Amino acid sequence: MAGQEYKKTSERDEENAQTPPSDPAVAPAAAQTHAATEETDDLLDEIDGVLESNAEEFVRGFVQKGGQ
Amino acid sequence: MSAVRVMGAETEYGIHAPAQPGANATWLSAQVVNAYAHTTGQRSAGGGEARWDYSDEDPLADARGWSVPRHAAHPSQLTDAPRYSEPTALTAAQIAQEDAGEDSPDGEDQDDAAPSALMMNLVLGNGARLYVDHAHPEYSSPEVTNPRDAVIWDAAGDQVALAAVRWIAQNTSLPQVNLYKNNTDNKAVSYGSHENYLMPRSVPFGHIVSGLTPFFVTRPVVCGAGRVGLGQDGAGAGFQLSARADFFETEVGLETTIRRPIINTRDEPHATADKYRRLHVIVGDANLSQSANYLKFGTTALVLDLIEQGLAPVAEIHEPVEALHAVSHDVSLTQKMRLTDGRRLTALEVQWLYFEAAAQQAHRSGADSTPGGDGHTAAVLQAWEQVLTGLGRGVDQVSRTVEWAAKLSLIQQYRARDSLNWSDPRVGLIDLQWSDVRPEKGLYYRLLQRNRMDTVVSEGEIAAAVGNPPTDTRAYFRGRAISQFGPQVAGASWDSVIFELPQYRRLRRVATREPLRGTQKLTGELFDRHQDVEGFLEELLRSPS
Repeated sequence: MAGQEYKKTSERDEENAQTPPSDPAVAPAAAQTHAATEETDDLLDEIDGVLESNAEEFVRGFVQKGGQ
Repeated sequence: MSAVRVMGAETEYGIHAPAQPGANATWLSAQVVNAYAHTTGQRSAGGGEARWDYSDEDPLADARGWSVPRHAAHPSQLTDAPRYSEPTALTAAQIAQEDAGEDSPDGEDQDDAAPSALMMNLVLGNGARLYVDHAHPEYSSPEVTNPRDAVIWDAAGDQVALAAVRWIAQNTSLPQVNLYKNNTDNKAVSYGSHENYLMPRSVPFGHIVSGLTPFFVTRPVVCGAGRVGLGQDGAGAGFQLSARADFFETEVGLETTIRRPIINTRDEPHATADKYRRLHVIVGDANLSQSANYLKFGTTALVLDLIEQGLAPVAEIHEPVEALHAVSHDVSLTQKMRLTDGRRLTALEVQWLYFEAAAQQAHRSGADSTPGGDGHTAAVLQAWEQVLTGLGRGVDQVSRTVEWAAKLSLIQQYRARDSLNWSDPRVGLIDLQWSDVRPEKGLYYRLLQRNRMDTVVSEGEIAAAVGNPPTDTRAYFRGRAISQFGPQVAGASWDSVIFELPQYRRLRRVATREPLRGTQKLTGELFDRHQDVEGFLEELLRSPS
């Protein structure tokens, strides 16, 4: 019985994901989203460290001569 | 119908010495060529520099059937002269002089080479050419026979560029040099990444123009590299799909540095001229995304086959130059362009027309069957269909494959976090650094490292292609000649290798005018049999082929 209800909820969520579900059954999806957000935050932090310092000067200094 | 065809890539790298922003670009570019020669030991190998053989180059021949007189040509069009840089650029002699004070960094004796003259041109053991083109180092890939190999040997060029950057970084007498696989400085200057495709000369050029133009106008949705800034100088705020689109000003023409045309008519076949033409495509972006690069070569090869068979869809676009700019500026992919027959289609819809024509024809010919096909057509069609389908659903569906979508997605996340507008220098820096060839600095490589970009080929295949030529084109002969007999190779070009033997008074020029000869199958054993060049040449020139 509980299993059936769980299935129904899950199907409905897939078809028209409207209200943020509070059902524990969808917790994995929420956790996934959370993990993705963390990964993105981590990526952006990494990029902060990789970018050349003084962006304005660096971008201004990148001057090329014409090519084909 | 097939994606199999002789093709090749040319990449001009953006070059920058952050500590010496005013450094002469030609001098810096020569340092890159020189640095790579050091890493491969080509300088120490006897004559060292294999000179480029310009005798078969004809940059003023127009595919429409005439030739521009030399006096009427823009100086940058004279690419068959060994030195054709702008008047402000240093001459080779001046560069040599400028470099003369420098000690040989590895203590190597430079006596027999002209006194520390900088190399401007190298032919590599993988069959590629690395040289100074205008004010940029350029890597021209060896000829390959399919889009997958095009990706491999183009990516090998990025490794060549990286090796040069690393070598310079270790040399304390030189300023640090960065190389970028991009197409503009966002200050009104553009430099190219070109594609070359071999075609039968019998195809009327007018059919190429009418069949390719709608495809090229809409191709940025699939293989654009993305660019921050609108207009040639990038002054307009925003993002566009193509790095190159705004630099195109005319529909058809011979020039490549001014009034750039969507269809370039340069007619230098670098092969038997009455049989072949080499279609020189200048409208594409430099791609780091392997999927984008793969689709760039693969789908174009399919469309050329459609044109050759008279089966290209009819979709004549009203004002194609303006349409190209509009397509590039339309990140939503919803804007419709007007066709001369009255239809109004989005870029994606035009791409679907081409896809459907190619898929239908491939099915009819059996080329699309996975077993029994040609090994490439089915994969290109599948990748093309996937990307078009994904683009129709939304940018986030294709951010692992389509380069502009990957770049845009990263920038949007970054902008959202710090509430940056499009003209913020950090946004511009992300665009620039996307294409830094160093994996620790290049943002494309950072995404690749995090498994956020799909790949088409393996790292091992790319690494092997840095030193080895493709086995199934004449590039095999060229590359192997350089690797095995480098000191005796006096010069080379796409369609020749010139050997210099001490006991002969004359140079021996071996013509390689058939792109599908000189393969491993035809010449591999000959190379294996001879460790000395005299015996090699004697047998080669004696044999009937």
